[in-house]
Amino acid sequence: MSSYLQSLNQGLAAAFEADARVLMLGEDVVDPYGGAFKVGKGLSTRFPGRVISTPISEAGITGLAAGLAMRGLRPVLEVMFGDFLTLCTDQIVNHITKFALMYPGVTVPLVIRTPMGGGRGYGATHSQSLEKMFLGVPGLTVVAPSLAHEPGALLRHAVLADASPVLFVENKLLYGQALAGGTDDRLQVVQMDDDSGYPTAVVRNLPGSAPDVTVFAYGGASRTLLAVMRRLADEEISVKAVLPSKLRPVPLAALVAQARESQHLLIVEEGSAGFNWGSELAALLYEALLPGLKRPIRRLAADDALIPCAAELEDAVLVTEDKIEAALLDMLS
Amino acid sequence: MDPLSPLALLFAEPPAAQDRETKLQRFFGQMAAIRHCETRLLELFNAGLVRGTVHTCLGQEACAVGVLAALDREHDIVCSNHRGHGHYLANHGDFHGLVAEVLGLPEGVCGGVGGSQHLHRRNFYTNGILGGMPPVATGMAMAEKRLGTGRVACVFLGDGAMAEGSLYEALNLAGLWQLPVLFAVEHNQYAQSTHWSQEHAGALHERAASFGVPVSEVDGNDVEAVHAAAAACVRRLRGGEGPAMLFMRTYRLGAHSKGDDLRDPAEIEAQRSQEPLLRLRQLIGKPWADAAESHVRQAVDSIVDGLRRQKEAAR
Repeated sequence: MSSYLQSLNQGLAAAFEADARVLMLGEDVVDPYGGAFKVGKGLSTRFPGRVISTPISEAGITGLAAGLAMRGLRPVLEVMFGDFLTLCTDQIVNHITKFALMYPGVTVPLVIRTPMGGGRGYGATHSQSLEKMFLGVPGLTVVAPSLAHEPGALLRHAVLADASPVLFVENKLLYGQALAGGTDDRLQVVQMDDDSGYPTAVVRNLPGSAPDVTVFAYGGASRTLLAVMRRLADEEISVKAVLPSKLRPVPLAALVAQARESQHLLIVEEGSAGFNWGSELAALLYEALLPGLKRPIRRLAADDALIPCAAELEDAVLVTEDKIEAALLDMLS
Repeated sequence: MDPLSPLALLFAEPPAAQDRETKLQRFFGQMAAIRHCETRLLELFNAGLVRGTVHTCLGQEACAVGVLAALDREHDIVCSNHRGHGHYLANHGDFHGLVAEVLGLPEGVCGGVGGSQHLHRRNFYTNGILGGMPPVATGMAMAEKRLGTGRVACVFLGDGAMAEGSLYEALNLAGLWQLPVLFAVEHNQYAQSTHWSQEHAGALHERAASFGVPVSEVDGNDVEAVHAAAAACVRRLRGGEGPAMLFMRTYRLGAHSKGDDLRDPAEIEAQRSQEPLLRLRQLIGKPWADAAESHVRQAVDSIVDGLRRQKEAAR
């Protein structure tokens, strides 16, 4: 079973193989280093001249990548840490997405890949999940594969087949993990594709039983959530995870359909609480499900706080397996 | 536009061999047409027919006309800024599309979505964020270089945008990778209402050289000199010798946008004797210039008046 990282690496290689217009830019992405998290490792050797290490100029290289995309190439921009997206924001908000929306006939087929998330002790400026800041940008597609997806296939699709600018969010702690739903995994994974190329994964820990709780989550939260689901299977607590890979636009019809199967709904995300993916999703679900909904939708996110460096302090802020399990048991008590 | 209309002929591709007099006459006609169009746009604004804002290039026409004449306007890339009407007109001669766009009419070049500061047609792109386009233009130049098209990119910016950090990231990238991009600086002295000396340390024209980007300084009100210097820069770009900066010293005769000009009127008056149309008029002869000016004004008026009636009828 391949890991999240291997899948991404293979997906990138497949995109390079399929289309000579594909190239990748980013800081320290050329071999032997191969990028801070090694997602593109080996590519510069296999595809000489098409992987380009850049200066540490996030704003500049984001604009540069936009220019490449607008003039016939298929660039993939690696931003070393998702926290650095703040430096790219003017280009994303006021240039890349605007060009595609306001210039007749112009597309910006650019994929900006970046790792988000904490749990590695990198501290306040290298551990955040800042994707929520980009969920309100018209014209931007935001994708975040979970462990229940085939991340490389999603990335290949974003690079080769999506004409819109895509923010592709990876999660640092997922890189080393095995993908879910393998032959020795007790979880059942079903992909619900809506033709967008970014499927929603539906994961069950007790297939065949009606779920006691349906949990909506994405990306990094899939690691903790799926671990809890494996544990709860032993206790005959049936949990269904609904994991969209596309955060924006929200694949609402698919999510609403999944929500109808249980009365207990929980939304989990790794990013900080408030004004986040869960806020929007909860509002959308209420609009779609009320008055049939019997219980309030619960939400769980990291604290609305700085992410500390020391392990115990970081755990206290972030969403952990224990916090998810406690929330689930509390809902069912 | 009717291909035989006076403006279409004025902005059509010139014959390869042009004597100096013909070339200067052509420059004069183009600058006069741009000047008059900008004046008419301000009038439309004051009549309440333009939403938002307009930033005119009064006094800077030689920069637009001289630089665009040095480019292959059919194929090369031009990125422009909030003060982009002159660049757009010098590139495309599309007065109808521009005026309709500023008026918010559906036949505007961006269907009324863009307005004054967000124009796009073929290889021409403007955006309203200062300093945002240099990295984009650099990427476009990189794409053309990789694809081997022989096209170059030109990005216009002013001294105001020279205070934006993204410009220096773009200069570094362009210099590092020897990309065919021309940084065309219109040093018009003012960032909105602030004189450049109040917001810049050191010498503006010396900055690019430290990134390995050679700077060509020129009197930006002398269209012939601008054209010659721009042409030399473009030859360098096409020869694969890397980027260049064209540093044009000019003066913004009009307000930053539609009104509110708080500068000393004596300073503006003194600059009027140096403005590009006046100087070229002296060179090519007043009677000829007067006749040409009247001719292009009529042509611009005919487009503007027609669109104005359309806008008024739609209200």
